Amino acid sequence: MIIAGIDCGAKNTKSVILRDGKIIGKGMTLTGFDQASAVKESLDAALKDAGIDAKDVDKISGTGAGMEEIKDASMKVNEIRAMAKAANYFFPSARTVTDVGAEMGRAVKIDERGKAIDFAINEKCAAGAGAFIEAMARAIEVELEEMGPMALQSDKSIPMNAQCAIFAESEVVGLIHAKTVKEDISKAIHDAMASRIVSMIRRIGVNEDIVMIGGVALNPGFVGCLKRELGIDRVYIPADPAFGAAVGAAVVLKEEA
Amino acid sequence: MIANYGYKDGSGDYFIAVDTDKCDGCGRCVEACPGTVFEVMDEDPNDPFREDPVVIVARDKGRKLKYECGPCKPPTNRPALPCIEACPQDAISHSWDR
Amino acid sequence: MGEEEKKQEYWRWTESNWKNPGIKWEDAKIVTVGIDVGSVSSQAVVMTDGQVYAYSNMRTGSDSPESARNALNLGLEGTSMPESRIDYCIGTGYGRVNVPMADRSITEIACHARGAHFIYGPEVRTVLDIGGQDCKAIRCDQKGKVTNFLMNDKCAAGTGRGMEVFADLLSVPIVDVGERSFEVKEEPEPVSSICVVYAKTEATGLLRKGWAVNEVLAAYCSAMGHRIFTLIERIGIEKGFAITGGLAKNRGVIERLTKEIGVEPMHTEWDTQIAGAAGAALFGYALVQKGKGRRK
Repeated sequence: MIIAGIDCGAKNTKSVILRDGKIIGKGMTLTGFDQASAVKESLDAALKDAGIDAKDVDKISGTGAGMEEIKDASMKVNEIRAMAKAANYFFPSARTVTDVGAEMGRAVKIDERGKAIDFAINEKCAAGAGAFIEAMARAIEVELEEMGPMALQSDKSIPMNAQCAIFAESEVVGLIHAKTVKEDISKAIHDAMASRIVSMIRRIGVNEDIVMIGGVALNPGFVGCLKRELGIDRVYIPADPAFGAAVGAAVVLKEEA
Repeated sequence: MIANYGYKDGSGDYFIAVDTDKCDGCGRCVEACPGTVFEVMDEDPNDPFREDPVVIVARDKGRKLKYECGPCKPPTNRPALPCIEACPQDAISHSWDR
Repeated sequence: MGEEEKKQEYWRWTESNWKNPGIKWEDAKIVTVGIDVGSVSSQAVVMTDGQVYAYSNMRTGSDSPESARNALNLGLEGTSMPESRIDYCIGTGYGRVNVPMADRSITEIACHARGAHFIYGPEVRTVLDIGGQDCKAIRCDQKGKVTNFLMNDKCAAGTGRGMEVFADLLSVPIVDVGERSFEVKEEPEPVSSICVVYAKTEATGLLRKGWAVNEVLAAYCSAMGHRIFTLIERIGIEKGFAITGGLAKNRGVIERLTKEIGVEPMHTEWDTQIAGAAGAALFGYALVQKGKGRRK
């Protein structure tokens, strides 16, 4: 059985192809302002990556902010359910999963079957999502991909007063004027971001093993700060964590079928 | 006066209201809070003519209220809030459950 | 450098000071000063026996103590009053702990209520102050004492800074935002995001769909008016409704907000930006009279 999982996110649309539960292809494209187009484009990319045609796909599962635009989906999977299943798929020992994307952050407590037991979400506020780090990267004129590695080079702990991406921008510019080095500023930014996500995790309970999915899990600074704040040695991140929810959606559909 | 500490942003609204007419600055809420949300001040920064101490939520805590109060608000099976239980005058209320 | 210049231009408003021609400070029994250091602007108000003798209104610099000093100097400029004549000085505003010449600091909540009472008159019962980085709603009694308040300084939505960022995105000088938001054929649907960051993305999408800049401005002002309404709803709005702070000058937000509230705001001849400092100076006067004001 070949199932496609499509996650139409705020920034990127991700597609995965699973054959009998194994990932055989992935495709990602910018969502932009035309979600339906992005869905098609990302699915085409995944099909190409898998070396199959659209007609080979038995069913499509959809999730994400723009899931209503995934017209061919036979199932629309709630994002909490998708991320819970994804964590279990990649790491059966997972009991906590976080999904931090461009415009939202979530933490879910799961059982051994990948069922969501409890969750905490941060939506509609940039401070709790990847958009925060993006805005800060612009403010201190650093490439987004450089932000994480830079944070790792600092051992200072500068607390941020601002809890809003807009106010943080002014605060960070103030730090630059006060000649604070960018590595220390980047660490402060990642500490602030991580502490918000850790707060959510604490609400649902810190139960290892902890899995991180979503694009921001690719940021080593964020991951490092989060581990330190939680006081744990290891978090589990699948390859290509941005595709996590798409995989979860596909697996949910497979199990229903 | 009713002092509303906290904020409303895209993700929701999170306010702790302290009725300073009822508060006598006993500090039981400070002890009961597992975090550091409350602080007793000898002089009320919002009322220079007040004679008694009063409890406040400091600015930096107020800006993170959703997160500061998180530990007492698990999504399910929630016990009564320690600060509200501890206050003998019923001076404290929370605007949000989630 | 070019970016900063551009920003400066959008921010531009006139700094000022004023002296009361009808008062001679030498005749005063009690001289008190209020200094309000805000995130964007700073004011100093000098009162003689509870009457405004002089005031200043200027941009806050990067250093709070320096801004306090500059505001006081600008206020005393041309008055011949030496600083030593001041009986008591109160600091307020977000930078209030950094006003070096203050004998005491009082929050901007208390000072704004008392100051609005002075500026608008004893009928004031509800004060809305929208500043550079915060939004306050205050209920007060007939004496200007606070009975209920709420202050949001966490989220940029509805604050001056949030509006500036939006004006920047659309390349519209901030002083024109209000006017232009009414130059539309029909009032559009408000922007759906409260978060300024997400509202910016939404606005970009609207422009791509062919919306005119004025229409996007209208949609944003409408959303912000509503957001501020939901904030003050929490404490209730009683008639005798006064608006202070920089955003009071943005018709686009204020008119839509007052329409939703259904209460007309009060009017004053005074510069509404001095409310905090005026309240602080009045507190100083009251404290000295009660024997509680002792100069450091």
